[in-house]
Formats: sequence, structure tokens, C-alpha cells
Amino acid sequence: MGLQRIVQPKTQRGKRALEHKEPKIHENIKTSLLLKGGNTSLLVTQVLKELFRNSVFIVIHESFFVFSRKNITRPFEDQNSLEFFSTKADASLFAFGCHSKKRPNNLIIGRMFDGHVLDMVEFGIEKFVSMLEFKGEKCVFGVKPCLVFSGQAFEQDSEYQRIRNLFTDFFKGPVVDNVRLAGLEHVISVTASGRKFYIRNYRILLKKSGSRTPRVELEDMGPSLDLVMRRTKLASDDLFRRALKQPKTAKPRKIKNISHDAFGSKLGRIHMTKQDLSKLQTRKMKGLKKRPFESSGEAAETSGTETTSPVAKKAKQTAT
Amino acid sequence: MANMEVAKFEEILGSKAKNFKSIDVQKALDVEVDAGNLAIYDPNMLDLASKNTEESLKAVTRDNVQLLLNRLWELPVERRENVIIVKLPEPTTKLPREKAVPKEKPLTKWQQYAKLKGIKNTKKGRMLWDPEAKEWRPRWGYNRINSEKEKWAIEVKEGADAFEDPFAKLKKEKQERVAKNELQRLRNFARARKMKVSTDGPASSAPAKDEILKSLAVTRRSDASMGKFSETLPKEAKNKFSGRKRKFEQNNVSAAQEKQRHLDIISKLESGQAVLDVQKATNAVMNAEDQARANETHDSKDMKKRKTAGKSGKKGQFGKAVKMGKGKTGKGKMGKGRVGKGKMGKGQMGKGQMRKRK
Repeated sequence: MGLQRIVQPKTQRGKRALEHKEPKIHENIKTSLLLKGGNTSLLVTQVLKELFRNSVFIVIHESFFVFSRKNITRPFEDQNSLEFFSTKADASLFAFGCHSKKRPNNLIIGRMFDGHVLDMVEFGIEKFVSMLEFKGEKCVFGVKPCLVFSGQAFEQDSEYQRIRNLFTDFFKGPVVDNVRLAGLEHVISVTASGRKFYIRNYRILLKKSGSRTPRVELEDMGPSLDLVMRRTKLASDDLFRRALKQPKTAKPRKIKNISHDAFGSKLGRIHMTKQDLSKLQTRKMKGLKKRPFESSGEAAETSGTETTSPVAKKAKQTAT
Repeated sequence: MANMEVAKFEEILGSKAKNFKSIDVQKALDVEVDAGNLAIYDPNMLDLASKNTEESLKAVTRDNVQLLLNRLWELPVERRENVIIVKLPEPTTKLPREKAVPKEKPLTKWQQYAKLKGIKNTKKGRMLWDPEAKEWRPRWGYNRINSEKEKWAIEVKEGADAFEDPFAKLKKEKQERVAKNELQRLRNFARARKMKVSTDGPASSAPAKDEILKSLAVTRRSDASMGKFSETLPKEAKNKFSGRKRKFEQNNVSAAQEKQRHLDIISKLESGQAVLDVQKATNAVMNAEDQARANETHDSKDMKKRKTAGKSGKKGQFGKAVKMGKGKTGKGKMGKGRVGKGKMGKGQMGKGQMRKRK
């Protein structure tokens, strides 16, 4: 959309960097900000590292900003420093880990809209099993995960619905057009029960089933987390609706006269003028061959038809 | 012999087919599949209270993944470089944007004018043939054609001042062009933000006037006599920032007046009513209210009201003020009544004048 700034960037590189940060019609992949609080337990650090930095998550987002320094900030009390980091790093998702006597093993997950906190949920980590403790193969880097959300609460409670949306945003990875069927090998499962969330990571094993579709078997891969919901700060419906608003141009334009059937083949409708059958080339026979004395009369006829043909051509062009 | 072999073969095949586990999954409520995000939402009730939570979680997830993959395997398949690929549909889950929808870039003054007149830019090539250097050179930028830097001699035209430095003149002209362009850019910027635009400065606003008045008041006082002898202009309005001088009642007054003063004091004392300082009283009330409100918010934080806490304090978040560099704003409305305040820009105005002269 171009730069509208009073102080213009001095270098092309700086200009490009600023343009990358600008609001766009087709947005960048959301990047995450991982922050450690003023006081962090080993467990929380490990969760931050594994849940968001291991093979599962690092590839999902283009870049990660792991701030190894302590950040003495409390997102639920004051969001300013978080918003500052977010705009600075151009990251709209954040995970903040801290540990205190009042809230042991605390994990805050949230997202930003327009440089301000939109949704923010605080969890207590009740159980954590590192992926190092699971034997067996791990997923390849760069795999887009399958997401499974189960539990009644996700359908009934609006708060849980928002949390589900937040988790989808965090875990879904880039939007892709195509996916390799054999490459589907990772599942993130989030299960809600009461105020508890069970996050599990599995590897998919595709077995023979006797039909085209394979039979699915799962293998634990880790990390596994049991989370308890603590505080939440969710955007008002009005604000959330504003954040959902998509620009008109982002929607794909409807293409006329082209459709696809159930088998995936492309069907097109063409409008044409009436075909001139007198010019149709049929089987050549000696008896039907034009003779020189006939051709002069024919020529006059053809020129007559030619005068009409450009009109027909034009009509054809506009129709297609 | 042959018959027996066939029978064995069928037996083996049959047993294998039986060995395969089913890919069908039964659910009480229908699941929602978002194939674009590879996500599946299962609204069914869970029984996690049983002993083996881990196993039941895995079983539920397996069933759901099976349902998801069943759906994915139905999608149209494509083969690319010996790899089977499916085309995913658009994601159905609506996720919030990272930033607000971009606003349309406002047109510059020139763009507006060009649109009005239907002027369209013709595309010019970047490279031009330089017959002197015998090579292609860029029209603009580094190493450009007809650069002022390369001119080592400049012809003095007839009637021109022979003692003028033509190189300095060229340089100055270029500087002026750059400055004009910058000014126009700033004016376009200010106009896009609906700021007041004066004809000779980039932008001006009401606070700028106050700034000037303030600094004027300070400079007037900034001499050895504390501004006792600094003159004011004829008909100059009183500066509102010049401060107020305290006034005291005269000490030496007539006996009658002095008597009246004392009597007033005595009558006040005798009346027995307290003297009400309205300003002081209102301040006290306002203070108390503020204190009460502060205490209230503090209490509510402690009480952990989840939902109300989530929705309060969101109101004014997005009201961003437009900041402009302090030093860049034009000062005052000095050029308010000037000729150049026409509808067209400065450059256009010049053209208009020229046409008139003809």
C-alpha cells in the first residue's frame, strides 16, 4: 500500500523491511514471540522450547524470536511491553512462560491484532512429558500438522470456542494449496474436559486397510501437556468481528462459465455463433472438385460471406 | 494338485483381508472437518474419568484422524513428480487478521489532477543511448545520462552574467528542486491526514499558534529588567501566556475605609457561619471520588472476575493519535491570505499565471 511516513527510510533495505511490516491484503505468516518471565522454572522453559521450538513448531512459523533474557512483565496486568515487543519483532502470536508461588508453572498464550492484545489465555502446566522421554522416531521438520479438537466444551462454551480458535491459529502452520498424502505424519490433539486441556502430539502411521484409504495408527511422540485454564482476557465480540474482517480483494474473484464437476475435471461453457456449414470440409472426391469456370462465381459468393464474418468473429470474441 | 494350491491361495488372501482393521468410525454426533487447515472438530462427549486417560485420549484422536484422512482421501488427487498430491479446499475456520485491513492510499495532488484531466503516464524505458559515451546509460540514478556532475565546461550564453559561477548555479537549482519536491511530499502527507495546509508551509495546526505565543511571552520577559521596557506592537492583543500579576489592597487608606474593613471582619466572626471556599470544597470532593474509584478497581482485580476483566478496559485501545514530527510542522497561519491558496498546487498556479500574461 506504499509508505505513508513523514520520515522516509534512507536505504532500500530499510524500505523493504518497513513494507514487509505494513498491513497487507494477503498477510504474512504469523510469527511467534516466545518470552521468558522474570522468574521461570526449568519446566516452563522446557515447555516453551519444545512446544514451540521443536520439530513440531519451529517450522510452522517462519521465524522465531526466543528472547533468552528475563522479561519482568506481567501480561495480565500490563500489556504495554508485550505490545512493544510484538510490533518490534512483527510477531502477532506470543507465548509467555513464568513461575511464581501464586501461579506455579504458568504459560500464557495469546495473539495480537493491530499491535494490541486480542486474546490471551493463562494456563497452569500440571503435567509435562518431554519429547526426549518418548522413544521412537520423531516427525520430519516442516510437516504441516493435522489438528484434532475434541470435547463437548469446544462446541458449547463461547470462551472455549475462542480458545480453540487461538490454538488453531497457533498450531495450523502456513495455508497451503496442496498437500502430499504420504507426508501427513503429525497430529496435534487438543482435548478439553472441564477446565483442563490435554495437548498430545502423535505420529501418524498409515497401515493397509484393504481399500484405497489407509488405516490410521498413532504413536506417541511428545511433548505431552496437561494444562489448567487460569485467567483469560478475550476480545469483545465487536473487536473480534473487526479482526475477522477480510478485505474485498482478498476473496477470489468468481470466474464466469468455468465449473468443476465432482471428479475434478474442468468444464467450460463457450458461446459461439452459428457454424457456416457450407465451408465445411467433407471428403474430397474427384467429382466434387471445383472447376475453373465455377470458381469465379464461387469467389463472388465467398466474398459476400466474408463481409459478414468479421461481425461473427467479434461476437465470438465477446462471448468467450 | 492345482486345485489344492488355488484353495490355499484363497485361504491366505481371505485371512489377510480379515486381518485388516476397519477404517470406519462411528460417532454419535457428526464431526466438523476443516480440510483446508487439516483440522477436525469433534463435539462428542468424552469419558476421561476412567483409569487410563492416556489410552482413551489416543483412541479418540485416532478415530478423529481416521475421519479426517478418510475425507482427505476423497479429495481430487494429482500426481506430480511421482508424488501424490491432493488439492486442499479453502480453510473454513475464520481466523483473525494480524493487522487491520489496509486503507487505500490517498492520491497526491498531482495524481488527483491527472485523474481529473485524464492524464496517463507513458512508460519510458530505463536505458538511453548515450552517443558521446557510445553506450546505454540509465535515465536516472547512478551513472545517469546528462548528469550535472560530468559537465566539465559550461557555455556562457549571450546576455548572461559572465562572472557568475555556472556550476554553483546548477547545484543550487538542483537543491531547490529537491527541496520543492520534499515540500510537496509533506503537503500531500498533511492533506492525506486532513491537517490544515497553509500555502507556504507543509502543515500547520492550532497548537502551533499557542507555541509561538508562549515563546513570545517568554522572550519578552527574558531581559535584565524582566520585560519592564520591552515594547508591544500598537493594537496588539494581550498575550494569554504572559502571566498574571498579583494585586494587593492598598495599605494606606482613609480612616473610614479602614474602619469598614475591620467591621466587616468582626461581623463575619459574629455570624458564626463557616466561610465556604468553593474551590477548595469541590477539590476535596473530587479527590475523594477518585480515591474511591481507584480502590474499587483494585478490589475487582483481586476478585478475579474473569469475564468482566476480559471485556473491560478495551474501549480506547485503538484510538491512535496521528503523530507528526514536532519540528516539521509549519508554524502559524502566516500565509493565510496569499495568492497561492488556489485550488491548484504551486506549480499549476505558475502555469495559470503564464497563460494569463499571454
